[in-house]
Amino acid sequence: MAIEVRIPTILRTHTGGNKTVEGSGDTLAALIDDLDSKHSGLKNRLVTEEGKLHRFVNVYVNDEDVRFTGALDTQVKDGDSVTILPAVAGGC
Amino acid sequence: MLRIDRATYDAIVAHARKDHPDEACGVVAGPEGTDRPERIVPMLNAARSPTFYEFDSGDLLALYRDLDDRDEWAVVVYHSHTATEAYPSRTDVGYASGPAADPRTHYVLVSTRHHGPETGLAGDDVEFRSYRIVDGEVSEEEVEIVETHLFGHSPTTVVYD
Repeated sequence: MAIEVRIPTILRTHTGGNKTVEGSGDTLAALIDDLDSKHSGLKNRLVTEEGKLHRFVNVYVNDEDVRFTGALDTQVKDGDSVTILPAVAGGC
Repeated sequence: MLRIDRATYDAIVAHARKDHPDEACGVVAGPEGTDRPERIVPMLNAARSPTFYEFDSGDLLALYRDLDDRDEWAVVVYHSHTATEAYPSRTDVGYASGPAADPRTHYVLVSTRHHGPETGLAGDDVEFRSYRIVDGEVSEEEVEIVETHLFGHSPTTVVYD
């Protein structure tokens, strides 16, 4: 078992074009480190230099937006499904 | 260039007018990897604001799951400005340049502001403009409206915005 991660179209350049990849870790941060070891450059796109989740990126563990569950400290486990999406917003 | 059928164009304009004075927003989906906006999906502006729009986080997840199931992607992301011109704001550019935002997206802006000397528009005219936004750089593109019964065929009626 592993954690399935759905990758948004533009970040598939890091995953050889794959829509979904698999990874492991106890927290979202550990999972992203694991993904980055296999798909170089992914972490830079998701995590800022200050070590926070990029504000224009939404990450979900199963159906939960991680902003409400501890962000990068959110616990993950085998069998979870993680989805990464671009936040869509703006203003005049 | 954005090529869009008349029915979708009209639906975007109607959505913007209906939600005025709040900003309206949504996407037009099309087969993944193509440049064909075929299926309009109006979204709720979770901010319900005249100066800001935002897809609700849960709605966003549901939308992208649905797109994924249909092998579609968001060809167009549209929203309205209700008091200013149909040009991307700094906030719009920030989000559109985010690390997970696809630079192949067409960003459509509709303005529902009152017409005046500065818009050069009258009556039912609307400002309907389309942009590419890549790494903070905005470039406007032509909009070609194809009469709906001809969509998918070679255009015989071409209207440039």
